[in-house]
Amino acid sequence: MIMAIQNHIKMDTPTTRALVFLLIAGGLCAIYRLFFGLGAATNLNDLWPWGIWIGIDVLGGVALAAGGFVIAGAVYILNWKKYKIIVRPALLNAFFGYVVAALSISLDIGRSFRIWHPMVMWQVNSIMFIVAIHVVLYTSTLATESSPMLFEKLGWKRALNIVNKIMVPVVLFGVLLSTLHQSSLGAVYLIAPSKLSPLWYSNALPSLFLISAVMLALSMVSFETILSSRAFHHELPVEVLKGLARGTLIVGGGYLAIKLIDLARGPGIGLALNGSFLSNLWLLEMGVGVALPLILLSFRSIRTDINRIFVVNILVILGVMLNRVNVGIFGVAEYATGAGGDYFPSFIELMVTAAMVAFAVLGFKVCAKYLNLYPETLH
Amino acid sequence: MDVNRRDFLKTAVAGGGLLLASGALPASASMPRELPPEAVGILYDATLCIGCKSCMVNCKTANSVPGGALYSKGMKEPPYEFTESERIWDAPKDLSGKTLNIIKAYKNGTGEKKDSEVDGYSFLKQHCLHCISPACVSTCPVGALKKDPVSGVVYYLEDRCIGCRYCLLACPFRIPRYEWESASPQVRKCQLCRHRYQEGKYAACCEFCPTGASIFGKVLELRKEAQRRLELKQGSESDFPLQTVDSTDKTTRTVSPYIKRVYGLTEAGGAQYLLLAGVPFEKLGFNKTIDDVFLPELTWAYISKIPAVIAAVLIGGAATWAFTHRKDTNKGE
Repeated sequence: MIMAIQNHIKMDTPTTRALVFLLIAGGLCAIYRLFFGLGAATNLNDLWPWGIWIGIDVLGGVALAAGGFVIAGAVYILNWKKYKIIVRPALLNAFFGYVVAALSISLDIGRSFRIWHPMVMWQVNSIMFIVAIHVVLYTSTLATESSPMLFEKLGWKRALNIVNKIMVPVVLFGVLLSTLHQSSLGAVYLIAPSKLSPLWYSNALPSLFLISAVMLALSMVSFETILSSRAFHHELPVEVLKGLARGTLIVGGGYLAIKLIDLARGPGIGLALNGSFLSNLWLLEMGVGVALPLILLSFRSIRTDINRIFVVNILVILGVMLNRVNVGIFGVAEYATGAGGDYFPSFIELMVTAAMVAFAVLGFKVCAKYLNLYPETLH
Repeated sequence: MDVNRRDFLKTAVAGGGLLLASGALPASASMPRELPPEAVGILYDATLCIGCKSCMVNCKTANSVPGGALYSKGMKEPPYEFTESERIWDAPKDLSGKTLNIIKAYKNGTGEKKDSEVDGYSFLKQHCLHCISPACVSTCPVGALKKDPVSGVVYYLEDRCIGCRYCLLACPFRIPRYEWESASPQVRKCQLCRHRYQEGKYAACCEFCPTGASIFGKVLELRKEAQRRLELKQGSESDFPLQTVDSTDKTTRTVSPYIKRVYGLTEAGGAQYLLLAGVPFEKLGFNKTIDDVFLPELTWAYISKIPAVIAAVLIGGAATWAFTHRKDTNKGE
């Protein structure tokens, strides 16, 4: 029965081949970077110390991974049993998001083989230290949370029993780590009020990162549930998707309100309407990525129609990703270019980022093929 | 749910309480907020600077020896930035992984009058300001940047650095630079020639400044000297010490008009490198949006709340779990 369901996933498809190609090409680029250094491999410079590996891979990858703690928390702590059927894919997706973030940080730091230093050289004033500790702890937590699928496959009953016994505390620990990690990524930028555009700089950055990650999590989990239901040819869990859409509406509503109040209390709403490149980016992020999905979801007819939910999910995902890129890259552009710096990602940077995406998609697909991702659908 | 309910609750609450109590621990690790009384620094007076760049040349030489801020193992010559194949003239355009100190020029209109904003010119000297509460030190995840508790010098420990470059992002003065071309790169910044103090020497840029534009000394004395200069009458004659603030070797000069401000006194909460000039500092390329606050406090506001968040999530989460699972406690295995 298990095999019957999982064999619907075809491994040898043109898409898979393209992803494998990207993975190999990006891997070679990563090796080049390790041997020849950041200057040779990237377009980063003293005025643009961070580029897309931080802006997209790390900030984006971690945000996209928020589904893990949100759904696990809902199921194991809040006891919302309805969502149990999506907890495994949500955790697995989060795991790959964190592996991507960890790999990207390792490549981005100038001395990759010292990636372990923060673990032994604590410096508690540093947000980067907090971030590093959380990446390690939470990736391990996600691996633990996802391990039952692997133990089932391997038939390791003892290990499976142990993990199942400690699952609730592990999930709570994961919720804690994610709360701190999502918010600390926003806190990274608190130190640079003179560099990050006031459109994004705010004392509330940690909270904004956390809330937007939760909003993104709900849409991302919904998005991948719809996608994999199609791949698995099993029935869509309609009630789950409706619940997620309602959740996006509630959390997103709060997020939009806080963003607007924050902007009004800071530089003023007018800054977003002055027609400059950055203000247009802000409008795109908040208008198309947040306000529009919320307006759409407020219609019951849209909130209950899976195809329409799917479209809204894509908007929300792109919106929050744009937020991370705006904070990490575009938001400091005015300052950096004003000081004479220029940045556009190099071919190698783009290839490595593409390979990271390919790695996450392929990894998820292989796990979906060989592990029991949807145990509840078998009952 | 086959977890032992009581044990789980106990662990979660105890963990939360423990971390709440340990909140006092990281608080003691917060950043310095006061100038060390014996702190040393530099006063640069653009009106005395003739742009000879002797400070740049000697900075590079003095720091390319073991212990110096530009030194790397196996270094044969200082890291020059030649632009021509004959390798005659070290010509850095900005601070970089090879240049810790730079003299730049401002020019306006005809460029005739020294230290005049209109139709004039001025020099400026850029290097680390050695902040009282340095953003770079607070952001470094491995403690590779430290502030000396006595001299106040912000220095770098190469063997700790992982190269995350958060210090580059954090510094409002754009001081730390990276060795982008290296496969094993270091962050480079002025360390106020701290490797020379043991030999009784001081910052090379001041030692080799022929006009007294850069002088080394205790920051408290430099502040007094800067204030004295601002109070001098324009056009009058005055003595200016050479090399160090307490030097008996002085030069007598006609006082130029100063902008009535000591740069570095309050920027980012204050620093140990102070500047005087006749042209407004923002015209000289200094970032004018740097607030007079200790930047590390902006991130500390977040970090100091972490113990409370840990306690709240663990205790709140455990309580929520207990509440939502009150009906299926005795389900057993």
